[in-house]
Amino acid sequence: MSAPQLEIQLIASLVALACAIPGVFLVLRKMAMISDAISHAILPGIVVGFLITNSINSPLLIILAAITGLLTVVFVELLSKTKMLKEDAAIGLVFPFLFSIGVVIISRYAANIHIDTDAVLMGELAFAPFYRLTISHVDLGPLSAWTAGAAFVVNLAFVMLFFKELKITTFDAALAASLGFAPAVINYILLGLVSLTAVVAFDSVGAILVVALMIAPGATAYLLTNNLKRMVAYAALIAVASALAGYWTANFFDTSIAGSIASLCGVFFLLTFLFAPANGMISNLIRKRRQKIEFAQMTMLLHIYNHSGDNDDIDERRLDSLDEHLRWSHQYIRRIMGYSLKNGLVKLDDGVIYITEKGKLFVEAANRLILRKHDPGFETLRREFVLFTD
Amino acid sequence: MTIIQIQFATGLFTDFTTQTIALGTAVLGLMSGLLGVYATLRKQSLLGDAVAHAALPGIALAFLLTGTKNIWIILVGAGISGWLATFWISGITFNTKLKSDTAMALVLAVFFGVGLVLLTHIQRMPNANQSGLETFLFGQAATLLRRDVYAMLAIAGIALLMVFLLWKEFKVFTFDPAFSKAMGFNNTFLEFCINFLIVLAIVTGLQTVGVILMSALLIAPATAARQWTNNLTVMVILSAFFGIVAGLAGTVISGATHNLPTGPLIVLVSVAIVFVSFIIAPESGWIGKLRAASKSRKNLSANNLIARLFEICKTHQNKKHPHTLAIIKTIPGFNMKAFRDIQRRGLVQLNKDDEWCLTDKGISTAQSMYPQKEKSI
Repeated sequence: MSAPQLEIQLIASLVALACAIPGVFLVLRKMAMISDAISHAILPGIVVGFLITNSINSPLLIILAAITGLLTVVFVELLSKTKMLKEDAAIGLVFPFLFSIGVVIISRYAANIHIDTDAVLMGELAFAPFYRLTISHVDLGPLSAWTAGAAFVVNLAFVMLFFKELKITTFDAALAASLGFAPAVINYILLGLVSLTAVVAFDSVGAILVVALMIAPGATAYLLTNNLKRMVAYAALIAVASALAGYWTANFFDTSIAGSIASLCGVFFLLTFLFAPANGMISNLIRKRRQKIEFAQMTMLLHIYNHSGDNDDIDERRLDSLDEHLRWSHQYIRRIMGYSLKNGLVKLDDGVIYITEKGKLFVEAANRLILRKHDPGFETLRREFVLFTD
Repeated sequence: MTIIQIQFATGLFTDFTTQTIALGTAVLGLMSGLLGVYATLRKQSLLGDAVAHAALPGIALAFLLTGTKNIWIILVGAGISGWLATFWISGITFNTKLKSDTAMALVLAVFFGVGLVLLTHIQRMPNANQSGLETFLFGQAATLLRRDVYAMLAIAGIALLMVFLLWKEFKVFTFDPAFSKAMGFNNTFLEFCINFLIVLAIVTGLQTVGVILMSALLIAPATAARQWTNNLTVMVILSAFFGIVAGLAGTVISGATHNLPTGPLIVLVSVAIVFVSFIIAPESGWIGKLRAASKSRKNLSANNLIARLFEICKTHQNKKHPHTLAIIKTIPGFNMKAFRDIQRRGLVQLNKDDEWCLTDKGISTAQSMYPQKEKSI
């Protein structure tokens, strides 16, 4: 691995980390599309800043562009407050407007600006190691690593210092306000940091992939845990993993690094979406199937129970005629009956179904569950009566 | 603009190439104006943004697989990948605890990332035929050919026909999905149709406006039209009209300024139309609201004056008991404008002693202000 390769990976990881941390809160606050708006809308700020300062890494440019990003948020809020349009329409109007202005300025002064429209979208991560930070002729490494690192440190410090405030304003803004916190202030600081991060990341990964790095790790982490601290940690891990894996994929296929980092973010999300232990598609499907069978056993047992004991009726309990009473197919009845027999909830004698003592206990517990009297909870029922085993 | 440029701009529509571009942008404006109405009314403005970005891998893949730049094949690729994006977005929202905004941002960015990977790959291929796909990012109206415009016209025709045939179904479904279901309409099918049409509109605009700015064209004309009317038919027609105006104006400005790109200019014009509508639209516009507020303020102080005057007169035997202006001036909230107003409305009149008294009309107006009180007594 050569030095530039290492440096690119370092920059990519730092950018990913800087983006992922505020991204977690955007996902939780249902403001994911704001990141899309901000990352587009900073373009005119960057272009104007570039025309003034003539350098892409000047602090003035970064501040100017970050202010443009924050202005987007203010515009969107002002517009939706007028009630003339919905908030999503406001977002959808403001950022293309600002982005268009940016593109028009770029094409108007194309000769004087060294950012072309391609760089706006893809960033130039591959060239990042060429721009060095030198102080009195000492090479301190690539400039982007320092800016991205600074953004990461600022974001991390904010989240650590204001963790409690962020948590309460994210999950219950009204409670936060009544307890004397200032949700609006926290909101604006967060969005200010999002703009700042977007500007810093823009240079390396371009406008749209900033969105991938902000939202995808947070969304993936959200599927893995319900604990906020863990969510931040997982998001950070996923972000770095996407950055590194993305770099090597791009290296292998000789293609855009930023694009492939975003694709890897998508791959990680897709894998989690499918296989996450508690919230994944597959475990959801398994759970739904299990619940269906458990519910069917409960329904069948209730039917048998109702026709045993005081109002005994053998005809209602014949295996062959159960389909008429429950309106299930023969095949399905046989399957459910199999589970119930295995659980020892029923006995079969000469084609007639008899409920066992365990079955009676189960029905009584299920009754309490349905009527919510001394509710034992479904998990207890499942544990005690082993409702579904494959 | 100098006079020469204006002459150039007016002369635009005689030129064959410009005619093509103008026709193309007008068709695009019509399409997006028409379908944007449904997107914004269903609060799905940003879905268009996601779909437009998500079209990029489809464009690149269509080119990679077939090796041609045939507009139909590219558009079909874009459409399929845009449609897949809507499918995945609703899949994520339906199956996980993630909200639709996260799902949209995620799908948008990831699809776009995949698109960039493919696009970069194509650019680095030795084959010389590749260049030109990048125009789909920001759009380049100048690349529009006659047959592209015919393709756009055909797509617009399909969209118009579907909206016309499913007019009442779309209307009910847009405003009240539950009612639509109760009426026996197939909501899943209607949602599929609307999403399909929105994808079509976006695909149509890719070559001209590009994947990034296309969503604005869906939102802006509809938002502008919404300010002028509460009637769906009028809104659809107005929105399509605004779309056409934005398309044509963008083309003209782009032509007059030589190197400015058409797509962003169309977006800027359409956003300008929105802001003008915000200001001058008769009822919901800014000026209209100011006027209504000032009118109701005026009414309020006139009503206040007549009611207070009536209260004073009630303490006398004669309800038309005259008062001098000096006494009337002591009424709280008195102002000369309000007094002139009630005088003009004939609620008070001057008697021969130069004093003011209520007229019959004035008494009945004052009494009618307390209908509940009168009834309860």
